[in-house]
Amino acid sequence: MKPKFGVVVFPGSNCDHDAYYSLKKVLGYQAEFLWHKEKDLKGSEVVILPGGFSYGDYLRTGAIARFSPIMDSVYKFAESGGVVIGICNGFQILLEIGLLPGVMIKNESLKFVCKDVYLNIESRENIFTKSIQQNILKIPIAHGDGNYFTDEITLKELEKNNQILFRYVSSDGKVNSESNPNGSFMNIAGIMNKRKNVMGLMPHPERCCNPLLGDTDGSLIFRSVAQHFLN
Amino acid sequence: MFKATVIIKRRPKILDPQGKAVEQGAKLLGFNNVKQTRIGKYIEFFVDTTDKKLAENEVREYSEKLLSNPIMEDFVYTLEEVI
Repeated sequence: MKPKFGVVVFPGSNCDHDAYYSLKKVLGYQAEFLWHKEKDLKGSEVVILPGGFSYGDYLRTGAIARFSPIMDSVYKFAESGGVVIGICNGFQILLEIGLLPGVMIKNESLKFVCKDVYLNIESRENIFTKSIQQNILKIPIAHGDGNYFTDEITLKELEKNNQILFRYVSSDGKVNSESNPNGSFMNIAGIMNKRKNVMGLMPHPERCCNPLLGDTDGSLIFRSVAQHFLN
Repeated sequence: MFKATVIIKRRPKILDPQGKAVEQGAKLLGFNNVKQTRIGKYIEFFVDTTDKKLAENEVREYSEKLLSNPIMEDFVYTLEEVI
């Protein structure tokens, strides 16, 4: 049975169609849109909170979207072990609702950054990267508020529990300030919750799935998640 | 009815890249004594009740749950009765 992905659509989401297209048309999984005013997750096994500018990023990124009716269901789904992936603005929403720790602040450069970056897979004991063979992924970012911040205590917790999933690195895997596109604390690009069923990342895996468009490293993450449901 | 004003400030330990950039502008203008520019938010709204305690609770809860993010921001508010 092919896994079923639910892609939430908020007012201002703009990567919802990319995610739907990559999952359904490129990778051949089941996919359905979930309107933010609904509460029904329609039997989704994986919920995707896509990128974009939900509610115009007013107040703080993701601050208003977290109160959408669908987020009640997403929260309960995540708490009961359901798989949730937040991409870019979706990551910001997961931080605001408290499913993941920390906050996003403006990029250190104050500029919107749109380019390919290299990510090192920091943890394997999870469904998101378990079946990926390579260590470094090349995936694009596109954000103005991707500067991850958290306090030292939370960072220690994240490290202790292997919750840091991706770090920005150079093409040969070095963690340094040159490879950090936004000033993120410890070059953090993606994290998980303690239970490892909720993941947030700033890069856009849905934008690099189709071989016709070049890179396909993003598909490896979705394939790894799908593999978990196929096993 | 009450008029509420809420000021949201970034916690001192949290970086403020906007404040830093604005301060660079200050230096360009020759304001060499300007230090530690920090940018926050000012929000005003009305609370339609005659009960001050209720108004205060509402302002506090609104500020805690939505207007500020307690991980990186603190807030202060004032409440003033208006006709």
